[in-house]
Amino acid sequence: MNPSPNPWRLSLALAALGAMGMTLGTAMGSTGWEPWWQAVQQSSLDPVVWQIVWDIRLPRSLGAWAGGALLGLAGALAQGLFRNPLADPYLLGSASGASLGVAIYLSLFGGSVMAMGWLVKLGMTGAAFVGAVLAVMLTLLLARGVQHTLRLLLAGVVVGVVLGAITSFLNLWRPEVWQGMQGFMLGSTGFIGWTACLLMCAVLLLCVALAVLMARVLDALSLGENTALSLGVPLAQARVCLIAVIALTTGTAVAQMGLIAFVGLAAPHVVRAMVRTTHRWTVLLAALAGGLLLLLADLLARGLMAPQEMPVGVLTAVLGGGYLLWRMSGMSGMSAVGGRS
Amino acid sequence: MRDLRDLRAWWLLGLWFCMSWAQAVTVQDDRQQAVEIIQPPQRIVSLLPSLTETVCALGQCHKLVGLDRYSNWPEAVRKLPRMGGGLDPSIEAVVAQRPDLILMATSARGAERFQSLGLKVLALEPRTHADVQRVLDTVAQALGVPQAQSDAVWTQIDQGVITAAQSLPSRAKGQKIYVEVSPAPYGASESSFIGETLTRLGLRNILPARLGPFPKVNPEWVVRAQPDVIMAGDSSRASMVQRPGWAQLKAMQSGRVCAFSPEESDLLVRAGPRMAEGARLMVRCLQRTAGDKP
Repeated sequence: MNPSPNPWRLSLALAALGAMGMTLGTAMGSTGWEPWWQAVQQSSLDPVVWQIVWDIRLPRSLGAWAGGALLGLAGALAQGLFRNPLADPYLLGSASGASLGVAIYLSLFGGSVMAMGWLVKLGMTGAAFVGAVLAVMLTLLLARGVQHTLRLLLAGVVVGVVLGAITSFLNLWRPEVWQGMQGFMLGSTGFIGWTACLLMCAVLLLCVALAVLMARVLDALSLGENTALSLGVPLAQARVCLIAVIALTTGTAVAQMGLIAFVGLAAPHVVRAMVRTTHRWTVLLAALAGGLLLLLADLLARGLMAPQEMPVGVLTAVLGGGYLLWRMSGMSGMSAVGGRS
Repeated sequence: MRDLRDLRAWWLLGLWFCMSWAQAVTVQDDRQQAVEIIQPPQRIVSLLPSLTETVCALGQCHKLVGLDRYSNWPEAVRKLPRMGGGLDPSIEAVVAQRPDLILMATSARGAERFQSLGLKVLALEPRTHADVQRVLDTVAQALGVPQAQSDAVWTQIDQGVITAAQSLPSRAKGQKIYVEVSPAPYGASESSFIGETLTRLGLRNILPARLGPFPKVNPEWVVRAQPDVIMAGDSSRASMVQRPGWAQLKAMQSGRVCAFSPEESDLLVRAGPRMAEGARLMVRCLQRTAGDKP
């Protein structure tokens, strides 16, 4: 094992890479590489060029980073909470809840006869967020609280499957919903404007602060539930808080970008493969790594097949999955990837 | 003297202002939003094939500056820049074209985003024959095309369907038809756009309206209904024989199956100005297949 880098340095490096990615992001356009600074030098700035850089590329790049960071953070928290390296942010049913929310919204609004005023105001984003949060609450209800990790996991899986089935049924019942659903399921960073971007940044700041505050609970938990209890950790309350943070981060990200695969699962692994440290650093670094991962995927999505755009979810899966496979092949056994050997 | 000239300039400016206001129209789109159009748009982006075709049918093809990737008719639009699909429009590519009007489906994504960037969006979703006429009128109004012209276009389309119905061989009248739109299989029921064409041609549809416009069909339903003629896209044809019981369907055994090429399928499923051509396509299929009615 190489000597672990200092978490300070690593976080600075990840943040610097993120900033570089965002600068690249303002220059990567619909027709590929198209730096705005050349346009600025050439002549007086065209308002449309300005609008494209300031109102489209910048919020999109910053938003992709913030959304990825939300998912990375949620992934690190979920893996710490469940003490399972396979846990991902969608584990508690939030993804299928969000999908169901969108499906209900589309089938009511698409029919427009039954569309209710409040539902229209809520919008697709709101419906996805509410769906995600309600699904997590349903999981908690089915698991009868948060005492048993295994029961929570199982309830999460059940909620995921059942809500997924209801979504499929809605799709079948009203096939016109299918088209809109497909767009949501693929996930996209292309529609992020300043409002969505700032909302994600605000939630990210709040949740990173909460996660860092609760990192000690995760450290204690990693020694086993009994040890954590004997250390005087208020386990039940801490778990509710952690699950609330996971639901909030995942719900926000999913509502703004749709379902984006693998960032939440891969980001904590990327971090753990590079540095062994306490959860305080792990959650922070996972957020930075998640942001960088989704930002890179977004840049590639824009540039690889320009002027066509690739679905960003495909690229996160290829990038994240490829990285994990490469790590696995370089180490002996799965335990190394789990980071708990 | 100078005062007088100033006065005249102001007067002219006022007149111009009034005239441009007189040209301003407000049209209602399918999201129930009122879209105000001050001057007839000169740079139009269309993100739905049937809307592209509608613009061209009104003789305004030259005002299109960008299209979705599926718009492929008429020939004149094939070289226009593409800006993604209805589900994944490239916001930046659209903005870069500086459109003064974006035509898109209500089910497409990005309408709010375009509006927040200060662009004008007219969202329309033609699904039925009546919709085709309504959308034609709305687009004509938005584009500043005189009502008489859009009426003439509609009359021509409608007359085309009537002529097609008249040219249907009498032996084909009242035959039971199954139209498959995708190999999942999804069929076109009586309440769909294609179903309406079938009804106007005097044909029967094995899928009733209560199933919704494009229901997922249980293969057994088709075996039980025993359609006289099956119409489907090329992609469906291969899988049809493999469906249990379908090899014994009378229509399959006697070869009364019409497989449409992708271009022909486009024509059939798009609720747009080419619906008379779609009707003619179905009539041609029946002229070919209904010859040996048992």
